[in-house]
Amino acid sequence: MSARTSGPGRKTLASVERLSFRYPDSARAAVRDVTLEVGEGEVVLLAGPSGCGKSTLLRCINGLIPHMYHGEYQGRVVVGGLEVAKTPMSTLSENVGFLFQNPENQIFMFSVERDVAFGLQNLSVPREEMRTRVDEAMRLLGVSNLATRAPHELSDGQKQRTALAGVVAMRPRLVILDEPTSLLDPKTALEVAELIGRLNRELGITFIIVEHRLELLVPLAHRLVVMEGGSKVLDGAPEEVLSDPRVESYGVNVPPISRLYTSLARDGIRLPRNPSTPEELAQEINDL
Amino acid sequence: MTLIEFRDVSYVHPGGAAALSGVSLAVESGETVAVVGENGAGKTTLVRHTNGLLRPTSGSVTVGGVDTRKTTAAALSRRVGVAFQNPDHQIFSESVESEVTFAMKNFGFDDALVSRRLDWALNFFGLEEYRRSSPLVLSGGEKKRLTLACILAWDPEVVVLDEPTVGQDALQKEKLAQILGMLRSAGKTVILVSHDVEFLWPIQPRLVVMSGGRVVADGEMATIMSDRGLLEGARVTQPQLLRTYAGLSRRPARPFLDVLGARDWVSGLRPREGEG
Repeated sequence: MSARTSGPGRKTLASVERLSFRYPDSARAAVRDVTLEVGEGEVVLLAGPSGCGKSTLLRCINGLIPHMYHGEYQGRVVVGGLEVAKTPMSTLSENVGFLFQNPENQIFMFSVERDVAFGLQNLSVPREEMRTRVDEAMRLLGVSNLATRAPHELSDGQKQRTALAGVVAMRPRLVILDEPTSLLDPKTALEVAELIGRLNRELGITFIIVEHRLELLVPLAHRLVVMEGGSKVLDGAPEEVLSDPRVESYGVNVPPISRLYTSLARDGIRLPRNPSTPEELAQEINDL
Repeated sequence: MTLIEFRDVSYVHPGGAAALSGVSLAVESGETVAVVGENGAGKTTLVRHTNGLLRPTSGSVTVGGVDTRKTTAAALSRRVGVAFQNPDHQIFSESVESEVTFAMKNFGFDDALVSRRLDWALNFFGLEEYRRSSPLVLSGGEKKRLTLACILAWDPEVVVLDEPTVGQDALQKEKLAQILGMLRSAGKTVILVSHDVEFLWPIQPRLVVMSGGRVVADGEMATIMSDRGLLEGARVTQPQLLRTYAGLSRRPARPFLDVLGARDWVSGLRPREGEG
């Protein structure tokens, strides 16, 4: 057990209960009988092959399904005590922040500052309060010095940080990220990953993240959930799930250090634990 | 034989921003070259010069000895197939099938060949079930595969892939690695633009590192990736297996290139459990 593992002490923030969803023009359900509990303050990674239903599940949690996308919906999703299907999007958005893969789809105002404030304006937050929250979010995400810049002048990493600041300004309890680092260069991606870790530790924000580049996010995640064919097939602490012999057959991009750990175990060499960083693995090998 | 040559190439965007400055680079026929570097370093601008989509503001680019300024993008694209980073910039047909056959028909391939190549490409990339669907219904990862299918179907001499692993799961990445192996043994020239150092590491391509529109390093991947100062400046990270290697107190002379190599070396360190 690592210190990051979610314990029984956590309060449930989001729960998905026996959820199934089928899009109208599709023969089979995109999500099939999925049950998932996410605790307050957890970072949950969601992985699986393309078309496994990850994005559909995210849409069910943030309310895009069933409010925007209609279809055959069974089961229940509850976030922060509100049943998603029965709560208007505007109320949900006070609890759940959502960030697309491509910040271009999210950033559209004339300045970084205006962009960060956009969601709050829609909620008619008083001016003073808005100022405080926007400043705080820009400071946390390191974009204060860009406040008056136009979004098109920003680098990709700055755009992603601006989009994230807009989400954080809403002070959501849960933030859902769909491949937040896939378009970023390795160093910028690492910085965004570290930022997610900080927001989780310092503000207690809960994250559900779909990401193919697991090596970046495993070090800060409490749980890894794997889906296939619309169903949840694996769910546990990342080091446990990544040690599961089936994990690669589900199309999960198992980080090289975890693959090495597992293949050593198959060779009869048991290292103390599935490492989350290469330096940790090197230490375990040095200690052999 | 040098197939693609950049000679002191600079490119200035119409708006006035310099995207490439003094780039010289010669790609040999049959080579696999990977271009890495931070967002905005000029990687995409560089590869857009290989098929005439962009032409240098100064300096020259030649493909098979032909100056790209003296030929058409259409003629160049028969030799150089480029799969863009964002598939939405490339996909325009009404169906997956017509998307794949479009270029082949333009190049005047006969019907039997077009249909054989189409079947192969759809099957290979797992897109058969979408043959008659609109490309718009595909997921991001599937669209990305469609752009690869389109290019490999017409079998160009040079294959340029801009961020091919984005949004791809492990199974698709493995398939992509297989394709790269096939292209290599078929003697094709491959240019990859990628942030995915973990994907590139076992392939060990020739590595070109770009920063601020310039080529700052060009050579063997294992050597370049060991230069931490250089990587820091170019905002490129080290692959996990190399970081593991660097942290070992005893280690082999050369870094591990893949998980199997690393396993074999570590296994040799001590007797297996149950044998002592």
